[in-house]
Amino acid sequence: MRSTTPQGNCDVIQREPGQKIRIASCSLAGCFGCHMSMLDIDELVVEVVHHLEYCRGPLNDVRELRDVDVGVVEGALCNEDNVKVLEQFRANCDLLVAVGACAINGGLPAMRNHFGLTACLKEAYLDAEGVVNPEIPRDAELPRLLNRVRPIQEVVKVDYFLPGCPPPAAAFTELFTALIEGREPAFDEDMVRFD
Amino acid sequence: MTDTITIDDHQVPFEAGQTIMEAARAAGLYIEHLCYNPAYQPHGSCKLCSVKVDGVIQTACTMPAIAGQKVESDSPEMKSRRKTLVEMIFAEGNHYCAFCIKSGSCDLQALAYHLDMHENSFNHRYPVRVIDASHPDLILDHDRCIFCGLCIRASRDQDHKNVFTMAGRGKATRLAVNSETGKLGDSTIAADDAAAHVCPVGAIMPRRGAYSTPIGERYFDARGIDEIDNASGKL
Repeated sequence: MRSTTPQGNCDVIQREPGQKIRIASCSLAGCFGCHMSMLDIDELVVEVVHHLEYCRGPLNDVRELRDVDVGVVEGALCNEDNVKVLEQFRANCDLLVAVGACAINGGLPAMRNHFGLTACLKEAYLDAEGVVNPEIPRDAELPRLLNRVRPIQEVVKVDYFLPGCPPPAAAFTELFTALIEGREPAFDEDMVRFD
Repeated sequence: MTDTITIDDHQVPFEAGQTIMEAARAAGLYIEHLCYNPAYQPHGSCKLCSVKVDGVIQTACTMPAIAGQKVESDSPEMKSRRKTLVEMIFAEGNHYCAFCIKSGSCDLQALAYHLDMHENSFNHRYPVRVIDASHPDLILDHDRCIFCGLCIRASRDQDHKNVFTMAGRGKATRLAVNSETGKLGDSTIAADDAAAHVCPVGAIMPRRGAYSTPIGERYFDARGIDEIDNASGKL
């Protein structure tokens, strides 16, 4: 059993007055549904911009990652690039938040663990109906696939978990509000849903 | 004078022959459980109902109530142990709540919510199991089976058909079907059998009707498992 310290490190973020909390996000093997839910915080966004600075992620297409307070990670690990990005996030973020079913238990991408990598590639690129010029892509630019899809906490330590597919906007609201108020987030029952 | 046991801070009366679980239920006290169903003989296998009886851990569904017992159930330690067990069950099978037809009406999921499980401390096994879709009215999805044995008991004791059994040991344990081919479709199970409706998770499910209950109206959407007890056979 791995030792994780979930839901209990919010006080590590120390801010000078007027200094914003720096947030970064990424979607690994995910569908961006969690990001959509994160954007669904409605009018809180007006408050959030005064306190939080979104410094890196798919929403602003910035790749640079340093001195980040909170990293929000959506999606499972399905290729080597996912692992690299995740490790960069862990190294540069004081707190790491796993959001969504894929990040927490592999979710939909983990369904391929049933079949094995070779069988999946064969089915997708060689044998499937309607495939033209059957060939498994091998371009050096393409990240190599992992044999098995994995949740992120099997590779790095994760501080907070927001389960759900996606996590409800209320969970993000509570997370951001807690960060702004400098307290531990308290997720009500209706914010913790696996579907 | 009626004999009593103490469950946490409650004096709970019991009748001779009752288990701790039965006494607790009669007194309106909830003890977490998965493989226990009052309609069938207790099995004692899921261990979710583990309580400390005079300092020793026992399963409440099989332990007889004896006058003067001091039972610890609703304590941080026992809750934490139960949460660990639920995490192990999730890690052992393939439980994808996000698109499972039982989501919202599933005892395992409801217990995870009830025990405040947000993630899993165990690495997922992702076992390779094959769906049995051979029956015209039922689906047997081994991915979701938690080996509670309720279908075995229902089929044996209520339907008198002995359709199910447990085969293999340890991590190779699997729910097996008593038919010549091992397929559900070749067994004697019928759609209205008790065994077809007793599954507390989504392993044995009726065909047609999936996702028919909208989110918000499912069994556990409005209430916790400690309020409705178990959702066997519900969608």
